[in-house]
Amino acid sequence: MAAPPIAPATRFAITLPLVLLVALALVPLLAHYLPGERYLIGLFARVMIFAIAAISLDLILGYGGLVSFGHAAFLGLGAYAVGILAEHGIADAVVVLPAALAVAALFALATGAIAMRTRGVYFIMITLAFGQMAYYTATSLSQYGGDDGMRLAARSVVLGHSLLADPRGFYYFVFAALVVVYLFCRMIVASRFGRVLRAARENPVRTETLGYNVHAFRLTAYVISGCICAIAGFLLANQNSFVSPAYMSWQRSGELIVMVILGGMGSLHGAVLGSLVYLLLEELLSGFTEHWKVIFGPLLVLVVLFARGGLIGLFGGGRRG
Amino acid sequence: MSTTLFIVQTLNGLQLGVLLFLIAAGLTLVFGVMDFINLAHGVQYMLGAYLAVTFYGLTGNFGYALLLASIAALLIGLLVEVLVFRRLYERDHLDQVLATFGVILFVNEGVKIVWGAAPRNLPMPDFFSGSVPLMSGLNYPVWRLCIIASGLLIAAGLWFVVTKTRIGMRIRAGATNAAMVSALGVDVRRLFTVVFGFGAMLAGFAGVMVAPILSVEPGMGDSVLILAFVVIVIGGIGSIRGAFLGALLVGLVDTLGRSFATDLFRLVLTASAARQVGPAVASMLIYLLMALVLLLKPAGLFPAKGR
Repeated sequence: MAAPPIAPATRFAITLPLVLLVALALVPLLAHYLPGERYLIGLFARVMIFAIAAISLDLILGYGGLVSFGHAAFLGLGAYAVGILAEHGIADAVVVLPAALAVAALFALATGAIAMRTRGVYFIMITLAFGQMAYYTATSLSQYGGDDGMRLAARSVVLGHSLLADPRGFYYFVFAALVVVYLFCRMIVASRFGRVLRAARENPVRTETLGYNVHAFRLTAYVISGCICAIAGFLLANQNSFVSPAYMSWQRSGELIVMVILGGMGSLHGAVLGSLVYLLLEELLSGFTEHWKVIFGPLLVLVVLFARGGLIGLFGGGRRG
Repeated sequence: MSTTLFIVQTLNGLQLGVLLFLIAAGLTLVFGVMDFINLAHGVQYMLGAYLAVTFYGLTGNFGYALLLASIAALLIGLLVEVLVFRRLYERDHLDQVLATFGVILFVNEGVKIVWGAAPRNLPMPDFFSGSVPLMSGLNYPVWRLCIIASGLLIAAGLWFVVTKTRIGMRIRAGATNAAMVSALGVDVRRLFTVVFGFGAMLAGFAGVMVAPILSVEPGMGDSVLILAFVVIVIGGIGSIRGAFLGALLVGLVDTLGRSFATDLFRLVLTASAARQVGPAVASMLIYLLMALVLLLKPAGLFPAKGR
């Protein structure tokens, strides 16, 4: 008896994330034989940090149908948790990370409860409003750098060990975070919770009628998403050893949305692929010409016109949710 | 907080509001009628300003520059609509966001290549370059009054076209239910193109009008675009009246907030705390306003869709 055939789309949904993660795991080993080892490791660590942020956005955007245009606020909250606590002499990730998660969860709970009252474009705009409020609050924190941001004296330590100071140590820490976040989100979308979330995206009224509290499900997803994005913010602050309000700008929120749509939303690994392609193309083209956006812009238009469902759509794996 | 300063800042707020209306009018119609999110609308505003700089260089006359730049903005709008945007009407909002974001990147960078990255200036027409005494001790630049006047005139004209003419009726009908209008035998595609081109021209016109008092630089459309989106969301998408009142509200709140927030906070806080909190809250005000409006009226002040 032959094994039941696996549909190409499903097969692809298993192999693509596997290939992506294995490739990312091998980067430091391969970079060892290439010129600019530190640069490459730094670049791909950045890719993975944005992949975590993009996955968090995909969780509510792709699966929940909630387009957050203020997601960079969570990136900033994570980063500012690192910066502000470091200013007060607390630099251990064991304290900083939970603090970042708690702040992000509170912010998500408060803003989400209000934002969920609106739908569609109005939701996009109200999340933008909250993002901008966070941004301007950060610029007014003059004791923490105000507009200019603040430099970190050193990267966070983990249980007293300066694990993150070494580029490879930091890289694999980020990699581990990416794997954990990816598997965690996979688990969420496969669970009953994830199915209700998708059902609410397709038909909120019917889902409500089935007895599910759509508002509570969406709000929970929003809080989880915000927390994951704060992890990315924690990592970003550590990578740059710098925290600034620019992390929360609406352009940054827009970039995250673009990464998710570019890769293909509602698949999680599409978000990883999107941030990989976005940041690598940016790097590649800007090395080629100062005016790289003249090439990058039309490429985005072409992707929309000819690759429906984002880049993963090109491979035949483009399935929403 | 003197009366003179208050009047000057109110006029400045009106001027910003009128400007925002010129941009938001096209945006809200394109959004309301075609259900199309056009992030690249701010680019038209920037192009209007740059084209005016070039046409002024060629003709040496502000009037010609204004006319030619507005026509060029119209043509560019139509060209982009035919080449790219027309294919996106049937698509998801997010596809539209991604594609129009790509257009922004392209045009912002293209502008840098053609006109250089350094800010450019457009000289004010001599005739309007002075200031007039509005009351004793209060001189106000004539050009800013011109911006307010031209914006109000265009608003009145738009109101007339939208409420009193056949095409305006079709536009309103389209904003309420585009599919039904199409079923009743109106060529919706052509209506779309007309609305789109007209919106692009208004944004270009706004760019020209504001060029003499701002520096003309790449990316100048991006922050204005976000403000215009705030305006149309506050006003209710698809509604010209909403865009007009929303624009004036945003313009006034933003300008007056920036001038007086610090002083107001000084009443309840220490001077240094007020200096810190004031500017931040002032920048936040319009977003607070938007959040508040959406909280009370989740579809804006004057929703056009009759659902």
